[in-house]
Amino acid sequence: MSGLLTLRGASRAELEELLDFAQSFVGGSVIHRGGAGGTVTTVFFEPSTRTRLSFEKAAHHLGAHVMSFDAPKSSTAKDESFRDTILTLTAMGTDVFVIRHWLADAAELTAAWSGRPVVNAGVGKREHPTQTLTDALTLRQRFGHLDGLRVAIVGDVGNSRVARGHLAALPTLGVELTLVGPTPFFPAVDPWGVRKSTDLDSELGDMDVIYLLRIQKERGSSAGIPSERGYARRYGMNEERLSMLKPTSVIMHPGPINRGLEIDGVVAEGERSLILEQVANGVPVRMAVLSLALGERR
Amino acid sequence: MIVIRNARVLRSDRIEQSTVVIEGDTIQTVGEEPAVNGARVIDADGAWLGPGLVDLHVHFRDPGQTWKEDIETGSRAAAAGGYTAVVAMPNTQPPIDDGERARAVMERATAIGTLDLRAAGCLTRDRAGTEMADFDSMYSAGVRIFSDDGDAVPDAGLLRRIMMYLGDLPGAVVADHAEDRSLAGNGHLHDGVTAARHGIEGLPAVAEDVIVARDLELANATGSRIHVQHVSTANVVGLIRQARERGVKVTAEVTPHHLALEESALESLDPNLKMYPPLRDAEDREALAEALASGLIDAVATDHAPHATAEKDVPFEEAPRGVIGLETSAAVVSSALGRDQALFFDRMSVAPARIAGLDRQGIAVEPGSPANLVLFAPERRWTPGAFASKSQNSPFRGLELTGKVMTTIYEGRISHEDGSG
Repeated sequence: MSGLLTLRGASRAELEELLDFAQSFVGGSVIHRGGAGGTVTTVFFEPSTRTRLSFEKAAHHLGAHVMSFDAPKSSTAKDESFRDTILTLTAMGTDVFVIRHWLADAAELTAAWSGRPVVNAGVGKREHPTQTLTDALTLRQRFGHLDGLRVAIVGDVGNSRVARGHLAALPTLGVELTLVGPTPFFPAVDPWGVRKSTDLDSELGDMDVIYLLRIQKERGSSAGIPSERGYARRYGMNEERLSMLKPTSVIMHPGPINRGLEIDGVVAEGERSLILEQVANGVPVRMAVLSLALGERR
Repeated sequence: MIVIRNARVLRSDRIEQSTVVIEGDTIQTVGEEPAVNGARVIDADGAWLGPGLVDLHVHFRDPGQTWKEDIETGSRAAAAGGYTAVVAMPNTQPPIDDGERARAVMERATAIGTLDLRAAGCLTRDRAGTEMADFDSMYSAGVRIFSDDGDAVPDAGLLRRIMMYLGDLPGAVVADHAEDRSLAGNGHLHDGVTAARHGIEGLPAVAEDVIVARDLELANATGSRIHVQHVSTANVVGLIRQARERGVKVTAEVTPHHLALEESALESLDPNLKMYPPLRDAEDREALAEALASGLIDAVATDHAPHATAEKDVPFEEAPRGVIGLETSAAVVSSALGRDQALFFDRMSVAPARIAGLDRQGIAVEPGSPANLVLFAPERRWTPGAFASKSQNSPFRGLELTGKVMTTIYEGRISHEDGSG
């Protein structure tokens, strides 16, 4: 594979193979030095904690060097500097790019400009494929399978790269997705043909997984709802709603969480929560992806 | 003298294979074999001969943005596309909002002498949407089409007064750019499947629909003529139909790209497919093609909107809106209309000339008609590569098209000849 630009269009077999490969890195039981001597450059035009750190940790585990590029804090930096940044970092000796950007086509453009494998670490509102793989791996570990799992994605789907990434790949793995939220949070048209619900309470009893999305004030989530308090009342995951779940059901969230908004603190830290497992699985997943990308360096 | 032989000639009541003789700026004879001593003889090889094409909607970027296009390169592109007349939109820098500026643009085109360029004038002063532009000076300079193209007039009260005022000036037409800013938001492509999948903010069809609905009601209330620019939605087609039935004096245009392409083409996020209004879905495209064929939409207009390669070769969301169209429209439209010669010339020449009030354009090929003509080979295949336009931002670049402009004649002089043999 040429880096990881998208999971869209990947077959079930390809996705499962990738998950198996990621699983082989869990727990550090296997020593891989497949990245030895390579250089992974992380280019983040948007702030990130867990994604960036887990990519860098993964690269270190593989024996690769890491270069980090922090975009100017202002998101008004224009495309010229984006292109120039990629050309500069390529010339400096990058083997694999890890890119996060607010533009939907940033990963493809980076690949075209650099001629290097590119790993999409979250672009625009389009996709965050390593988050999707991380969540799929976490679910597979918990339930032993993905086929037929019923997952409700709750929140501002329209503004969420995580949700779009899940929609692009999880159904291929047999997951049954339901989108839950107020109608302004759904895209005006639905390319995926998935079930939608505006009533979380009526869904809780049927779901294996409640996947909560962050209310992203920075992406204009608040334009779709009259108030955060109102949202928390209708869609916030609290103890009362927790009690309406099946005993085997779990709570997930890609982080960072807004405590008291989409999820209460006690729920996030409770025994149903897989949030920290998600974070932990981020490293082996990124090791697998980087290992494949580094394998084809010059 | 120019003699064109073996052409399929669009006459006022029929189409016939014939010979046309041009003397000076006038068609001398049709169907008679002249003595050809010294005449330029063109063998049309069965190509269509009809009145030169007329484009109600081009952007020549002159004055102010002449790195994208200027009146000379725009005129050359138009001639290459078979056009003998164009209406240039006034959103230049500075905008064309008084008679002096309008006259300056038209005089420069006259000096170049390869087509009849009519300046459109702004609806509001400085295109600012707050007060009426200087209609009287523009009208006496010859401006007939008024538009703040690129922006709708946001203030309905102002637009109503404008319609009342322009309604008093014979031949004046209000042409409003249909885009409600609050609904269009920061959109980059049609708010459809492709936008949803890519997570890029969409331009909903309703942003266009609500402005057209408002404008048609205002035209109905004031009795003014209204021309709906670049229709792109099935809903707007329905609104125009209803308005016509109620007697509203409405005309409408559609672009070649909206007839030929759909939003699914944007899967690649190619900035050369980014324009306003955006490519819509299949249902919209089919409604537009049907409406053009039936005459509900009167005319094709290219909305030729040049942007330099460096401006377009950027991430999709940062690229400016607009595509060029003058040099590919004849092929695209003749294909969309099923290669019906009479229909083609009506929608591409006769109807737009009537809307713009151009008395030497859009006239069937008869003795005594002005020699503004195009020779078009409807079956010839070609692939657009380099354009005469200063800009290359065409959605059809590299795609094989059927139908090629062979010769364009403006006022009896050849303004373009196909060089591909």
